[in-house]
Amino acid sequence: MSKLKVVHYINQFFAGIGGEEKADYKPEVREGVVGPGMAFNKKFGDDAEIVATVICGDSYFNENLEEAKAKVIEMVKEYDPDLFMAGPAFNAGRYGVACGTITDAVKEELNIPVITGMYEENPGADMFKKSVHIVETRNSAAGMRKAVKSMAPLAVKLAKGEEIGSPEEEHYMPMGVRKNYFAEKRGAERAVDMLVKKLKGEEFKTEFAMPDFDRVDANPAVKDLSKSKVALVTSGGIVPKDNPDHIESSSASKYGKYDISDFNNLTEETHETAHGGYDPVYANEDSDRVLPVDVLRDLEKEGRIGELHKFFYTTTGNGTAVASSKAFAEEFAKELVADGVDAVILTST
Amino acid sequence: MNLELGNIFIKDVKFGEDTKVENGTLIVNKEELISLISEDEHLKSVDVELAKPGDSIRITPVKDVIEPRVKVDGPGGIFPGVLSKVDTVGTGKTNVLKGAAVVTTGKIVGFQEGIIDMTGPGADYTPFSKLNNVVLICEPKDDLKQHEHEKAVRMAGLKAARYFGEVAKDIKPDEVKSYESLPLLKSVEKYPELPKVAYVQMLQSQGLLHDTYVYGVDAKKTLSTLIGPTEIMDGAIISGNCVSACDKNTTYHHLNNPVIHDLFDKHGKEFNFVGMIITNENVYLADKERSSNWAAKLAEYLGVDGVIISQEGFGNPDTDLIMNCKKIEEKGIKTVIVTDEYAGRDGASQPLADADPKANAVVTGGNANEVIKLPPMDKIIGHIEPVDSIAGGFDGSLEKDGSIVVELQAITGATNELGFNKLSAKGY
Repeated sequence: MSKLKVVHYINQFFAGIGGEEKADYKPEVREGVVGPGMAFNKKFGDDAEIVATVICGDSYFNENLEEAKAKVIEMVKEYDPDLFMAGPAFNAGRYGVACGTITDAVKEELNIPVITGMYEENPGADMFKKSVHIVETRNSAAGMRKAVKSMAPLAVKLAKGEEIGSPEEEHYMPMGVRKNYFAEKRGAERAVDMLVKKLKGEEFKTEFAMPDFDRVDANPAVKDLSKSKVALVTSGGIVPKDNPDHIESSSASKYGKYDISDFNNLTEETHETAHGGYDPVYANEDSDRVLPVDVLRDLEKEGRIGELHKFFYTTTGNGTAVASSKAFAEEFAKELVADGVDAVILTST
Repeated sequence: MNLELGNIFIKDVKFGEDTKVENGTLIVNKEELISLISEDEHLKSVDVELAKPGDSIRITPVKDVIEPRVKVDGPGGIFPGVLSKVDTVGTGKTNVLKGAAVVTTGKIVGFQEGIIDMTGPGADYTPFSKLNNVVLICEPKDDLKQHEHEKAVRMAGLKAARYFGEVAKDIKPDEVKSYESLPLLKSVEKYPELPKVAYVQMLQSQGLLHDTYVYGVDAKKTLSTLIGPTEIMDGAIISGNCVSACDKNTTYHHLNNPVIHDLFDKHGKEFNFVGMIITNENVYLADKERSSNWAAKLAEYLGVDGVIISQEGFGNPDTDLIMNCKKIEEKGIKTVIVTDEYAGRDGASQPLADADPKANAVVTGGNANEVIKLPPMDKIIGHIEPVDSIAGGFDGSLEKDGSIVVELQAITGATNELGFNKLSAKGY
């Protein structure tokens, strides 16, 4: 079998062109290996080889981002490689960001596997570890041998399209993706084993590390509600009777937008809930309990709010991924703003 | 409080003239069972089918699964406060038809009911594909309200399980297991050198299809309390819920609570398993605060060094879970929590609705949003149409050839939070 083709990206420093004074070096491609590529080729053995090296100055890349990206992608495409590799960048900030940016871009544009490596505190790591495989390295080039040892086997696996093991097994930074697997022991036994270790003060490994939690600060209070247009938005699943858009009872893939200008009151005949996560009996009897149209009409009449917006937006929060909720809201928040809505009442269940 | 469980291994199930166990086969008198269950005026019709491991059968929408058991010796009867008088159970002897189960299906009550495939890829995710199931298809009277409908089917399942349990009363079990549960001070005296641990079980209690009953009391109306682990084995806790199918605790799960069994396995060796606390998962914040305060207070009162906390359901109950964990850790007691995840179909979203750095020891039953394709089966028991609208299904879940594309959350017991399964999730 012929060797897999790799194109390698490095900066001006590792290419031996120069330091900071040469950081404005424009993208250039050379046949074969340059600098650290030699160590990689040795480690790749019969599996793969670097066929070309792209060199670009760190300042040039970051200051001429679009142009640099386009140029590098063009150069990479020329060689039709099985894998694109950048770095390792260790703790060099601009180099790390460049490695992350260019691997991400090549993956998107050319749809080929990519890999890079850097120190965990390199700003490029946080920016790109969720989208590309970044192998964790030491903070200086003294860690080159170790970096090559970790990056090369993973690079070959990625290039071959083989199944990739866990971050611990393959030394890349966790990408934040959860995948199911069947463990050797059942969950209860794993819990008992973990408790025994925790009680003894021994090292134990949680199966799920607590995330940094997203907290949303409330906006400042609305100055004068009597002049405000107020909209209702709910994750409580209130929909027109028979759920015309088939919003899922759990793990919603969509949201609904419905006209309530003709309603002073929601009833059993007109509305219901599609939500599968709570006792629906009371919401089905009277959907105002979740989406308070009746009360807002009263407040409208009393002049305590300016007006109730003619549309409400709705989805089921039940089992719905945070990423989906964010995407829904990003879309309809723009519509709310365009429609001149001043305030939103969000109801859950 | 000592209990002996006598397991009678059931390897097959078939219809016959008399309901009995013969050489490991459960024989079912279909007519007798139907007439027993049809006594309930809320049910329009009742039918019975059998589903065995490897059969090309899909059961849906599944409401509950129950293991047949019978009290052989000692006070009380099975399912106290529900089918039997409200005596305190958990001592003496109980026989179990191990390998058999009653499964209830019929017209859907709510969105949260599940799927059991007896073969194919879906079978790997549900423990009930490995059992010899007697399936009750209960259809409600027209216009029966959801609350009454749920109750009628719940009672039907329990009655059928008792009916089968009765035939096991005089059979010599194939295997006997003993469980010792001493009064707190005696237990501490017996194993003075071992760390003390307890089990905190959270019970789903959010309303219709989200309820659990303890000695017949609706758990949402209870304060956190102490209960003996052997009481659970006699049916002190039953399920009235399906939230969602993947992480509801069926009555079968309660009877066979794996946390209790695995704690007993190392009891007297690695630690001293001194007791169990049950606490609910109500919807109001004040209830959550009160119940978790009480769970922490009881754990402190027991003087334990560590606890395992198991959850039921997801989303809203994640807040109860984290409150329990945080408050118990703040008492200086070490915790391990058992939960599952909703990380999105691609696994890239935040998997829990609440989090705290104190929850540093987590066991997960897997990502319930992961999608699975279930191939068509030769036979459907129940109704196939609701799969588009059950939790985990979506418009178009049911394909023309009868295969179903759903999230794991639609499979009964798939991501159980008592740690019943081997399924887990890893970060990539």
